[in-house]
Amino acid sequence: MSFDLQNVSRRGALKTLGVASGLVIAAPIVAKGVRAEAMGTAGKLVSTAYLTIAENGDAHIFIHRVEMGQGSRTGLPQVVADELEADWGRLVFEPAFGDRKFGDQNTDGSTSIRRFYDAFRHAGAAARQMLEQAAASHWGVAPSDVEAKNHRIHNKVTGASEDFAAFVKAASKLEVPAADDVKLKSRPQWRYIGKPVRNIYMKDIITGSSQFGQDVRKEGMLFAVAARPPVVGGTLKSYDKEAAMAVQGVVDVVELPALTLPAIFKPLGGVAVLATNTWSAMKGREALNAQFEGGENADYDTSEYEKTLWASIEGKDTTHLKRGDAGAVIAASDDILSADYFVPHQHHMTMEPPAATAVWEGENLKMWVCCQDPQAVQNSVAPFVGKQPPEIYVEATLLGGAFGRKSKPDFAVEAALLARHAGKPVKMVWTREDDVHHGYFHTVSALRVTAAMDGGKVTAWKQKAAYPSIGGTFNPAANGPGSFELGLGLLDLPFSVENLQVDGGDAKAHARIGWLRSVANIQQVFATGSFVDELAHKAGKNTVDMWMDMIGEDRLINPTDDMPDLIPGDEGKSTYGNYGESLERHPFDTARLKAVLRKVADMAGYGRDMPEGKGMGVCVHRSFSSYVACAIEVEVADGGALKIPRAWMAVDCGVAVNPDRVKSQMEGAVVFALSHALHGEISFEKGAVVQSNFDGYPVCRIDEAPHVETAIIASDRVPGGVGEPGVPPVAPALVNAIFAATGKRIRRLPVRDQLMA
Amino acid sequence: MDFKLNGQTVSFDGDGEMPLLWFLRDLQGMTGTKFGCGAGLCGACTVHVDGMAARSCQTFMEDVEGMEVTTIEGLASGDTLHALQVAWAENDVPQCGYCQAGQIMQAASLLSENPSPSDQEIEEAMYGNICRCGTYQRIKKAIRDVADGKVKGGAL
Repeated sequence: MSFDLQNVSRRGALKTLGVASGLVIAAPIVAKGVRAEAMGTAGKLVSTAYLTIAENGDAHIFIHRVEMGQGSRTGLPQVVADELEADWGRLVFEPAFGDRKFGDQNTDGSTSIRRFYDAFRHAGAAARQMLEQAAASHWGVAPSDVEAKNHRIHNKVTGASEDFAAFVKAASKLEVPAADDVKLKSRPQWRYIGKPVRNIYMKDIITGSSQFGQDVRKEGMLFAVAARPPVVGGTLKSYDKEAAMAVQGVVDVVELPALTLPAIFKPLGGVAVLATNTWSAMKGREALNAQFEGGENADYDTSEYEKTLWASIEGKDTTHLKRGDAGAVIAASDDILSADYFVPHQHHMTMEPPAATAVWEGENLKMWVCCQDPQAVQNSVAPFVGKQPPEIYVEATLLGGAFGRKSKPDFAVEAALLARHAGKPVKMVWTREDDVHHGYFHTVSALRVTAAMDGGKVTAWKQKAAYPSIGGTFNPAANGPGSFELGLGLLDLPFSVENLQVDGGDAKAHARIGWLRSVANIQQVFATGSFVDELAHKAGKNTVDMWMDMIGEDRLINPTDDMPDLIPGDEGKSTYGNYGESLERHPFDTARLKAVLRKVADMAGYGRDMPEGKGMGVCVHRSFSSYVACAIEVEVADGGALKIPRAWMAVDCGVAVNPDRVKSQMEGAVVFALSHALHGEISFEKGAVVQSNFDGYPVCRIDEAPHVETAIIASDRVPGGVGEPGVPPVAPALVNAIFAATGKRIRRLPVRDQLMA
Repeated sequence: MDFKLNGQTVSFDGDGEMPLLWFLRDLQGMTGTKFGCGAGLCGACTVHVDGMAARSCQTFMEDVEGMEVTTIEGLASGDTLHALQVAWAENDVPQCGYCQAGQIMQAASLLSENPSPSDQEIEEAMYGNICRCGTYQRIKKAIRDVADGKVKGGAL
């Protein structure tokens, strides 16, 4: 079969990500002239890789994206089932196995609905059209005289109707209509899109039968737990194999290959214990008393490193965006404000620690992994086992949270190697401590913002960020933020301010830096959203008015207009990625940004009088092609005890395929962002992570979670992302609320005990 | 030693220090009870021991001799789901779903002791159960719905 693989984005910036590669492949759409039967088993109707109608009429949906709670595996079926005119009860959900025929399967970047909405509509509509055509031929009427509805084709002339099953065979011999020939339904005809369809895994989840990566079981399986070097790039020095083997249930002790930097998605090395159950493997690991040598990152100490970052802020600028001359205007102004912000390393802390199961059947390798991208598992495992990626069968299980951690399949490589060594199926179990010690952490950042004002109007804005790049995980030369990271909130600052400059500062990575839900937006929007509030306070305005003034007129922003031509060390030119989308399809529209801010201010009653010790903060941001504004109300008691009773979110994500899931993602984003803003800090001493579990790395519990009210802006625009865009505006809204309540400005996360008297 | 697991008698003759969690997951193949922290900090492994919520990662096999253990797999009566399970579905509580078995077991233990908890009592009872997806407000609402008699057990 042939696919028209559309290369939607070949951005130089992405190349610095190495494995994430420069090619983003959009959904495969069937080329003209392909017969359905050429794509699958005879007698079945295959409209695209995503949909096959079986002879009995059931619609098999290949949801190639994974489910981690964001709802794609309910949302994408809604889209295809709607266009197919399917009966929801006649859908069969097929496992998400890795295969390039599906296009990009990397379930990150809030892309599943955004990138595959069109393809899934197409898949459903093409099949519906073919069934209608087959029925029209059968009845000898014009195609316009038949209509698909709820899994049946109706003959409008005779009033007869038949189940889809009656026409599958005939339809499978027809040509699949090409993209231009597919007639999509209109919005009033939608039956699933835009409706709150229940999670397809609901019953399994509430009865305990859902299968996550940690839950996989295979006949004769062994359970593995490993001791890994605490320092990235460290090596195994010694261990007591006999002591481990003496533990009841321990079957073998196996060394893992040492890591050669860059880390990419390679396993960290160390030594694994194989046992008949997880507990024995854990006890065996303790008995090993494994010792390690440090390696080149053994001096990494985050309290020392913070000084390095501030020196970088004071040091040379790498200018990525420049409009006018902010430096000169600030130097000449007598009304300036400057503030420094700091955000430490943060961790994903998924409820489910990573796990992977590998089964070798002769030379064939099959894997079940809680991964965000089964193709990344194929690619990462292949070189370690001497195979080509497509030769490895990888099924993505359900993910017990992911937030970016499970797009890095280092743990899957371990499972594949151990299972081959053991000659038996092996489940590699990461404990919570393993997860915290060996994460791909959110970076550690220092940021400075300086602005000049004239009569309450901002005339210049200069912002600098210094932090180790995610690029350092793939390329040791990476030194400070790349434009793909600055593009998450800084290169696309929405301000009409005449003089604007964004600079990066050098910073080398000494840990594995990875993407965490909303990525560099976390620190960059924390600084921006806090500083707009600080400027508003200085100018004696309210913060919503300040935002509106600074955003200015309704317009489409194109940051590339303000990119300097030559940026040393960044491939010659800074680029704006726009979350992998074209600005034509996903423009940056300041009218939509202002609309969500206005909406949230209305919902929250922004500006109303508040009693002593109470305050409200706001922030607004566009990310992942969606616009989100947040308002938060806090109460701070005399001793500094903080309560967050309520939060409001207004979101414009284009068409909201599943409005209830959009709401739940906003509710979750508030709690996720508050967890990090209030408590989240990973620190390093002697190259090793200090924290270990939920005691050292606390997250919000039920008493800290505010009641969140969400409004979705009605929209016909193409869908934007939903999983991540809720996160960025929350932390700045929180600290702005704290300032409103107490007059105390928090510029350093986490808040932790900073309010305590 | 013997004990009852979801109404059935089971025997165990291994190391009494083995946490119940790993007996359930690895030896019995009952993976509805989840592994989250192994330290009693997150509540994902919550089961009932003689009707009371307990962290199975901190409950040892020697402690359950002669007792009745109920896991999420045993909460429903056949096809009749517990009212909390129905309320969880009706409020679309789960996102990823990983912590929810523990949340439901904790909530069931609360309501069996205190069928009409205050909001404060709900927060206190559920404090030990972490949800990283942030479904807390829906958890509160689902428990409230059952406590207020708005949702009954039954089929989905």
